[in-house]
Amino acid sequence: MAMLLNEEQQAILNGSKGETMAKVMKTMVKYGEIFGAERMVPVTSKYNHLVTSFGLKAMTAVYELMDQLLEAGVTSGQKFTVDPRPIDKNVPANLLQKAIFNLAMYTKQEEYEEQLKKLGLLSDSSFTCTCYMDEVGNKPKYGEVLSWAESSAVVYANSVLGARCNRNSGIIDLMGSIVGYVPEFGLLTEEGRRAKWVVRIHTEKKPEAQLLGSAIGMKVMEDVPYVIGLDKWLGNELDDAACTYLKDFGAATASNGAVGLYHIDGLTPEAKQFGQSLILDGAQEYVIDDAELERVKASYPVIWKNKDAKPKLCFMGCPHMSLEQLKTWTVRVEEGLKASGNKKVVIPTVFTASPAVLEAFGKTEFRDRLKATGVITSYICPLMYMNNPLCKSMPVITSSNKLRTYTSARYYTDDEILAEITGGKN
Amino acid sequence: MKQFKGRVIAEGEVKAPALVSHGGLNTLASFQKALQFGDKKATCGDQNNPDLYGKQMVGTALCLPQTIGSTTGGLVLYCACAMKRQPACMLFSKPIDSLAAAGAVLADVWVDDVTMPVIDSLGDEFLDYVKDGMTITVDIDGTVTVEE
Repeated sequence: MAMLLNEEQQAILNGSKGETMAKVMKTMVKYGEIFGAERMVPVTSKYNHLVTSFGLKAMTAVYELMDQLLEAGVTSGQKFTVDPRPIDKNVPANLLQKAIFNLAMYTKQEEYEEQLKKLGLLSDSSFTCTCYMDEVGNKPKYGEVLSWAESSAVVYANSVLGARCNRNSGIIDLMGSIVGYVPEFGLLTEEGRRAKWVVRIHTEKKPEAQLLGSAIGMKVMEDVPYVIGLDKWLGNELDDAACTYLKDFGAATASNGAVGLYHIDGLTPEAKQFGQSLILDGAQEYVIDDAELERVKASYPVIWKNKDAKPKLCFMGCPHMSLEQLKTWTVRVEEGLKASGNKKVVIPTVFTASPAVLEAFGKTEFRDRLKATGVITSYICPLMYMNNPLCKSMPVITSSNKLRTYTSARYYTDDEILAEITGGKN
Repeated sequence: MKQFKGRVIAEGEVKAPALVSHGGLNTLASFQKALQFGDKKATCGDQNNPDLYGKQMVGTALCLPQTIGSTTGGLVLYCACAMKRQPACMLFSKPIDSLAAAGAVLADVWVDDVTMPVIDSLGDEFLDYVKDGMTITVDIDGTVTVEE
């Protein structure tokens, strides 16, 4: 079905703002028509967020397209944040790994960052997957329409903030921002935000966020779940702890499945406003107890060559950690080391967070305390690190279900990770 | 021989051997290694996909339910097309997802000399029936013929 465009949109499509802009509009229109969109709606958020942060040599076609846009004077109508940088010298890597990073993989990084600046990058420190943190400042308001990509950020913006965004791909994110409109379909519509699944939480203890998200993602795939019984463990206010939990939970639903929006009964904004009327007639049901979470965890393949290898690295913070999380984990690591009798972590451990959150953390007493435990902090994207073939073959552990899904990293629960890195008993 | 009718996302005609993924195709994990290290046959690098891992994707009729994974998926597919390392066609049993759709549209609008027919909504029976190596013919109207 052809989309109905307003006068301005039709003029752009006809070339009123040049051939390149017309192609950008054509891309957005064709994209929308596949999903039955009837019209384009304005992007209303203050800032955009892009997924492509890495100058990977393999993506030359993307950088050529960016050049094409810049040469035609076509830039983003909004400033934007972007996913984390792929390299940080603070993160342990041997000489060969560094050579692969710098000479074979991310050879276009500097060049690409220059393109991003010209296209509308918010600032030099705008590289993070958790752009919605207060410290970063790209936090959309309820009901705003976005042209974001990055699955973990999209699911957070939709679910926790009540903004409206589809699971856009890289490049589409930028093009929506360039034309100022996105096609109205899916999670931009009332109907698309209603739940096809009811998930009932019947656990005896607070479910691990990353594990619960994984279980739900794998079950519902791209559908919207309405989760009942989680507020018993998280409360009914979106405080720092609840938001941190939902950040990790959502990232797992989005990466282990393809969830773009979830509702938590009694907690997330639309669930609070509309309640169980958000559930569609005939919705399927999924009951989760402790045994089901154990079953899901046991189903993860371990793809290390030597399954009993001693871990060489631990990553926490995919998605990037919150300030609250960095503080909580500082205390947990200190207590773990005290219990095990060790002075420093026994496995090289990297906590990742946005540059802005790390700056705020650096102003607290916790920074020196965490440093004393031997934990390294970084703004890196652990996924980009693990894409190095030499890192892929290393035994890396993580409590991130997203990192587990996309790489060879092995998943452990938070308690298990703490025991591993402090040398204690779980 | 069996015929299936789907919806045309990107039109074209092609004949190619089938390569079947019963699980979702993680586009980034599948193509990254091939794009990065000059593998012109685009050997699938996704260790989590037992159907495709280690198999060459260029020139095949890639049969799949949907794509999954990172929202870089669309641009990875676009890059594969720009570098001529794309499958001969992509045949989805389910309605296409937003990431694969983005890749198909970006390739269609921004890459001049490449054709990759994309058909979706072929139904679960299509994926149950088709096996690796079967000959696939795609017609311009979205008819997909599968021959043993």
